Amino acid sequence: MALGIGCTARPGNSRNNKTGSWRVFYPVMDTEKCTKCGTCQLICPEGCIDQNPDKTYSIDLDFCKGCGMCAEECPDKAKAISMVMEEK
Amino acid sequence: MEGSIAIAETVRLCRPQVIPAYPITPQTHIVEGLASIIADGRLDAEYICVESEFSALSACIGASTAGSRVYSATTSQGLALMTEVVFNSAGMRLPIVMGIANRAISAPLSIWNDQQDSIMMRDSGWIQLYAEDNQEAIDMHILAYKVCEDHNILLPAFVCFDGFILSHVYEPVDIPSQELVDEFLGPFNPYQKLDPKDPISFGMYATPEYYMEFRYEHDQAVHRAAEAIKKYGKEFGEMFGRDYSELVVGYKLEDADIAIVAMGSICGTVKDAIDEMRADGKKVGLLNLRCFRPFPSTDVAKALAHVNTIAVLDKNVSLGAKGAAAIEIKEACYGSNIPVYDYILGLGGRDVRKKDIKKIVELAEKGEGDMFYGLREEVL
Repeated sequence: MALGIGCTARPGNSRNNKTGSWRVFYPVMDTEKCTKCGTCQLICPEGCIDQNPDKTYSIDLDFCKGCGMCAEECPDKAKAISMVMEEK
Repeated sequence: MEGSIAIAETVRLCRPQVIPAYPITPQTHIVEGLASIIADGRLDAEYICVESEFSALSACIGASTAGSRVYSATTSQGLALMTEVVFNSAGMRLPIVMGIANRAISAPLSIWNDQQDSIMMRDSGWIQLYAEDNQEAIDMHILAYKVCEDHNILLPAFVCFDGFILSHVYEPVDIPSQELVDEFLGPFNPYQKLDPKDPISFGMYATPEYYMEFRYEHDQAVHRAAEAIKKYGKEFGEMFGRDYSELVVGYKLEDADIAIVAMGSICGTVKDAIDEMRADGKKVGLLNLRCFRPFPSTDVAKALAHVNTIAVLDKNVSLGAKGAAAIEIKEACYGSNIPVYDYILGLGGRDVRKKDIKKIVELAEKGEGDMFYGLREEVL
């Protein structure tokens, strides 16, 4: 992305600005354990969890800020999401 | 003509399309004058009576991003209230020109002159020009628009003139003709603007991956402004007969042993004092800092290279350090071994007279400096 003078942005710019850069922990989804309940998608404040054709879920790490709410809210019987420290 | 009215009449010639302003002493006559000019139909502009200085500069941002040439003026507490918007407008790279009728900062409350208000905005990324007299104050308004609107610069500018000492003083001034100003400035040609047909957002946020690059580009633009001021200052001189191609101006400096460095209206007093000291055989000269941001370090070092003592007059103080100009002059002269002495003076309207300038030269000769000059010991 070239810098716009005065920090200007054209429409649709948020697709180009990857806002996941300041994450400390990132979520890892274990699709074997996942019960496909959809709680993680509902709870994600950034709307970056999408359902796959096989009804499991995947997380868009370009925009995930690593808040950990999906891992916290994933039902006890599944616990399919774990948070892992970012290595930079 | 009163300085403020001369400035209002000159701003009219620059054809700003929007003027959001809030009155504050000693700036009041300028915005009052502009309000009359617009009410009388002598300028086709939108005058916005805002409820605070914060709103004044915010409205300037709105109007400027919408593609209008804008003007406002303020001073002291008004400028302090604008602070957040001062930095925003600079970062958004909007060519806003604002007059600053320099006044002291509270507390204690003072409506009188010093230069603490604009110096407070030193690091904001605005260009800062300082006028010695009312002619310079009006010329610098025209010049500032030319520099700011250059697509290679795109910065806002303060035109600073001492409150009361210039703003309320009657002096003969040459107000240029509308034809010449039109020819010099031309219509405002915004680099980019808000347009529903071609949407754009200004002043977006920058993640850690981009913020530093924006600051770097902003810094580079302020540095580039030095050459732009010189170039357009020369053009201004060719067109209007008064040259502004130098950011620092010497007076009897070529053969001087002692150089006084000063900004603003005090330079007039210093010149008179120098004439009298020269008559007594003292080789004293003046370096007038016309432009404080960008700071012309190289020009300063070159102009002062031959002197043996430098006395800097600061109508401001960075509390706990020194006067703002002295800090920069020392930086500019680093490695030269010329002693630089700082004199904080004229704060809150304290008069500075010729005898004070002579006394300061005597102190500098004795190597006494880095002090508040003219303190009333009996009230301390």
